[in-house]
Amino acid sequence: MPFINFSKDEIQCKIVYYGAGFCGKTTNLQYIYGRTMEDIKGKMVSIDTKGDRTLFFDFLSLSLGKIRGFDIRVQLYTVPGQVHYDATRKLVLKGVDGVVFIADSLKVQRKKNIESLINLAKNLAEKGVSIRSIPLVIQYNKRDLDGTDSEILPMDILEKDLNSMLKVPSFSASALKGTGVFETLREISKLVVKDVSRKVMLMDKQQK
Amino acid sequence: MAHSVLLIDRSGQLIAHEGNTPELDIISLSALTAANFGATAEIARMLGEEEFTLLFHKGKCENVYFSAIGEHVIMVTLFDDKTSLGLIRLQINKIIDELSKILSSIFEKGRLKPSEPIRSS
Repeated sequence: MPFINFSKDEIQCKIVYYGAGFCGKTTNLQYIYGRTMEDIKGKMVSIDTKGDRTLFFDFLSLSLGKIRGFDIRVQLYTVPGQVHYDATRKLVLKGVDGVVFIADSLKVQRKKNIESLINLAKNLAEKGVSIRSIPLVIQYNKRDLDGTDSEILPMDILEKDLNSMLKVPSFSASALKGTGVFETLREISKLVVKDVSRKVMLMDKQQK
Repeated sequence: MAHSVLLIDRSGQLIAHEGNTPELDIISLSALTAANFGATAEIARMLGEEEFTLLFHKGKCENVYFSAIGEHVIMVTLFDDKTSLGLIRLQINKIIDELSKILSSIFEKGRLKPSEPIRSS
């Protein structure tokens, strides 16, 4: 649910990074935080366990500049990936305006990616939101492992597993090295702002 | 008295802020408050309660009082150790009904669905 503040000419949107455990959601946010200028970002807040696993969420607020006189502020959240933290994922998804689904390219994680995407669809549906209508971008992370000892899935298999029905924009990435991180963020921000503008116009029409 | 008051929505978006706290990261505070409230609501449900409508955290110098206003909004009141909790509760109870009516009328007017924008002016 985007928040439009007319007294400050500001639009606030919520984007959630979703995906299975250890797929690189927090790493995405850490890379963004490390490479953004001080004046456009807030503090990065992480609630994690000692084992570097997200317990509740990570949070980062970014200012994306102006569109039609409105300052666009996006709030990036991650969710805990482990299966048993479903209640927490549902809490973080509250009021979400756009989702980045991070898929782990490792072959051993294939099943977990699919399970996590199904879990996302289920949790969104519980909030009355369809995975087919919400702004969504898929990121295939850990592509830097290509050519190493770790076996990773080819892009076409990942696309077939996760994006054959949804057909949303997808990016190959390495959150650790930064490849594809900002491309993903740019695309989801674009989709979210477009969606907010559409909803505002629709509401204006209905009120006339 | 309270030195800062925030109105936030349940998804963690800041709606309004009044007070003098330049050093405070109110955007992050809003996100954490919503999460805190959500987590506590789950505890309430486990105990057979619908939700806990107020939360209070006490520190050495700073205290925070969270109150639910209707189903969409949380009010966060920050106050120091020179102010008594009773006084804060009394003042909040005086305004909470009025605020609740104003906010309900805004939400009803917009007939908001979960994904529709909230407008504030």
